[in-house]
Amino acid sequence: MNQILEYPDLWRDALVGTLVLFFGGGLIALVLGFLIGAMRVSPIPAARVVGAVYVNWVRNTPLTLVLFFFAFAVPLLVTVPRGSFLMLAVIGIGLYTATYVAETLRSGINTVPVGQAEAARALGMGFTQVMGYVVLPQAARSVIPPMMSVFIALLKNTTVAAGFGVVNLGSIRANMSEKGENQMITILLVMVAFVVLVLLLAWLQRVLENRWRVAR
Amino acid sequence: MSSVLYDVPGPRAIARNRILGVVTVLVVLGITGFVVWRFYDTGQFSARKWEVFSYTRVWTLIGQGALATLAAFGAAAVGAVILGFVLAIGRLSDHAWVRVPVGWVVEILRAVPVLVFMLLLYYGLPIIGIRMPSYWAVVIALIAYNGSVLSEVIRAGVESLPRGQKEAGYAIGLRKSGVMALILLPQAIRAMMPVIVSQLVVTLKDTALGFIITYPELLYTAKLLGSNANYGSPLIQAALVAGTIYVAMCLALSYVAHRLQLRNKRRTAAVTDPLHHPVGDATDTQLIGLQAGPVGRGDARPPRRRG
Repeated sequence: MNQILEYPDLWRDALVGTLVLFFGGGLIALVLGFLIGAMRVSPIPAARVVGAVYVNWVRNTPLTLVLFFFAFAVPLLVTVPRGSFLMLAVIGIGLYTATYVAETLRSGINTVPVGQAEAARALGMGFTQVMGYVVLPQAARSVIPPMMSVFIALLKNTTVAAGFGVVNLGSIRANMSEKGENQMITILLVMVAFVVLVLLLAWLQRVLENRWRVAR
Repeated sequence: MSSVLYDVPGPRAIARNRILGVVTVLVVLGITGFVVWRFYDTGQFSARKWEVFSYTRVWTLIGQGALATLAAFGAAAVGAVILGFVLAIGRLSDHAWVRVPVGWVVEILRAVPVLVFMLLLYYGLPIIGIRMPSYWAVVIALIAYNGSVLSEVIRAGVESLPRGQKEAGYAIGLRKSGVMALILLPQAIRAMMPVIVSQLVVTLKDTALGFIITYPELLYTAKLLGSNANYGSPLIQAALVAGTIYVAMCLALSYVAHRLQLRNKRRTAAVTDPLHHPVGDATDTQLIGLQAGPVGRGDARPPRRRG
């Protein structure tokens, strides 16, 4: 505990770094994931192929390698502002997590029985009505619990950015080691922080799950 | 082809889909073109940058890196499966003094990021006098995390089985251990095999975290080659080669998972046709109880959906 009280700035910066990576990466992942997920279930063969190739390639690449590419290779290819490791890491984590978001959406939509949409069409509903009143409300309910799991994984994955010069809870060990502090205590404190944050998200997941339970 | 999302397309929808298809192709071509242009503009296609990959010694190095990755993966996979079984059985225990602590261990191991666990093993433990090579830090951290995840997978598999399986096991006189080992676990593992294999793919990918604690695996080798100024620092090329090897290894494992899933689906489809013979959640005992009416035993509640 003394470490937090003695270096409040370092710990605050680390927590802020983790939260920026989490929310920034999460936002990119959501937007891109929705796009890729929509492409994968669309009636357009070309879009389905592109979505499948993206998901299968990126999902089978380690996140460490994705961030490696963004930290070392991307600055060689395009000019980026100096010291923009955080921004590059946010983009890398977002692109990686987007594949998981897309897959979660796709399997959520697959849980809605075809008969639901066929019945809605038989009633004379148009595309937007079928989507808005019948398919998406049901899909959303079965998507929310696994989607929260994706975000819990994202939160834990933010630590990987510590290996590439981004300040966050994973990198504070190096700071404390420079100050001559006990590294083991530092790492145990980081572990406690993650257990608390993950339990918080898991609690949110349970609340949403109970509220949005599918009534079939 | 009817989908839950769209009807069979008419002439206007077909025309619109064609246009959207062309737009998709154009956008993808544009992005690819931009990347290729940047590669060309910064000289990434020059022979000098790729020269290093024409030497046998370099490929021996890459091979050693890939072997180090596979060595960590192999040990971690075996350990994680064993730990998964132990934790799952502990969490399914009838005794609260086993079940509750094991549950806490699983929850904590699942909540801590693998990298932080590796840092604890490699940088934290030497403070109290426990030193280990980076290989063991990688392997132990992967075993701890993936073992706890696999235990949850196995537990979910056991809990999704119909209750009648367990009851039948007890009815023919098996003990608790016999019911678990001969009846519940084999079925749970068969049902969960695709999930278990995809968790092993995650394990394989996470060995790359060893790069951060200086375990000389594939990515570490790529960094080493890529920063070699004698060959013009072919960093991007090394990253691409390493990436291709990772994707190939993971796809090979994913393919196994896919095949298992197909086999599983075929087998279960042959046994029960869900459309014409709906498989209820009720066990035969419960059905008999229901027919007995109000005189029957207290067990005759309507079947509840579990899990």
